[in-house]
Amino acid sequence: MSIPSRRLALQRFGAMIVAAGAAGLMTKGPRAEAQTGRVIEIEARRFRYTPNEIVVKRGEVVTLALRALDFAHGFNLPDLNLRADLIPGQVVSVRIQPMQSGRFAFLCDNFCGEHHEEMSGTLIVET
Amino acid sequence: MDRRNFLNLAAVGGGAVFVAGLPGCANMGATDKTANSSFYFVQLSDIHWGYKGPDNPDAAVTLGKAVATVNALDVQPDFIVFTGDLTHTTDDAVERRRRMIEFKHIVADLRVKDVHFMPGEHDASLDRGAAFIEHFGATHYTFDHRGVHFVVLDNVSDPGAKVGDEQLVWLEADLAKLDKVAPIVILTHRPLFDLAPKWDWATRDGAKVLQILMPFRNVTVFYGHIHQEHHHMTGHIAHHSSKSLIFPLPAPGSQEKRTPLPWDPAMPYRGLGFREVDANPQSASYEIKEFTVVRA
Repeated sequence: MSIPSRRLALQRFGAMIVAAGAAGLMTKGPRAEAQTGRVIEIEARRFRYTPNEIVVKRGEVVTLALRALDFAHGFNLPDLNLRADLIPGQVVSVRIQPMQSGRFAFLCDNFCGEHHEEMSGTLIVET
Repeated sequence: MDRRNFLNLAAVGGGAVFVAGLPGCANMGATDKTANSSFYFVQLSDIHWGYKGPDNPDAAVTLGKAVATVNALDVQPDFIVFTGDLTHTTDDAVERRRRMIEFKHIVADLRVKDVHFMPGEHDASLDRGAAFIEHFGATHYTFDHRGVHFVVLDNVSDPGAKVGDEQLVWLEADLAKLDKVAPIVILTHRPLFDLAPKWDWATRDGAKVLQILMPFRNVTVFYGHIHQEHHHMTGHIAHHSSKSLIFPLPAPGSQEKRTPLPWDPAMPYRGLGFREVDANPQSASYEIKEFTVVRA
């Protein structure tokens, strides 16, 4: 996605889900970094995220701490226009603050093998 | 008798006809008598050779039946394209190559010998195209046919579904040689636009490809990946996906999971098939006719 279209998408979804700004959405490195709110650890291994259902409250600031175990999986949450590459051995922290309730799909978008198409999950935002 | 007249006379049934492209295009450089005259080609896609599972209990014979159906067409196409996922993926590099060899052995029975292959992510993403290149050659290339410029784009060898900067530069340089009204056909595996990102039905840098294509007035894209017929416009660029030869998938984004539609023993091969594309270079228009695996 080009930079202008990415900005447009962020604006479009800004009404639904507000994150910490494009530059602050994702940080790579140790989780010792200053973080705000609840931290939800998610493991990615072929061909499953654990957990694959993440339940948060609307407006809650949450950090998703993503860790790949066996492959450079992707993490893509298209409704937030948010994605990251998960390098094995690193924790990728993604901070979100969803402002609209609903169910939002996330998926691995780096082809990882025979059951790659099944590697997905759901972010559930409750009121 | 040309292909169009033959189709009119034959009045074969059983498939939808769709007209794409824009009028008003002609390639000015052709000199031989067949240049710019209409022709047709066949597109087959998503064969997944090596798949074993309940979604197609006839997987071992479906490709062979499709080859026989193509061979039985009343007028043979000028050429045939396979738009990716020739084989079903496997972690075993030896098995991957064995599947490719078996696939080649079956399609060698096609009467038409001018066949163009391109990879899908099942063929190429786990080894960045190494086995595919060994058995089928380059993963991106061009060819010209009767005034139409065909560009095969690889959006699968990168496991992140990217065309990549190197190929984008190559594409831009290739198209720079063309008139802005030249008829151009893009053949690729994944959709170049965001069809259903939550199902990974997209190309991560597809917007950059479309940006390069946009100045050209007569561009049409034929692709696979989504296992169903689908038609979409991005500006003046038409995109047409093809059915598969293994199992159909649900309509884009229509449900939470992209699980295959179940095999129906009462209607084997339902939702599977291939297509003819009747090209008219003078008008840069393309008529699509869908075929079932086995003709009724």
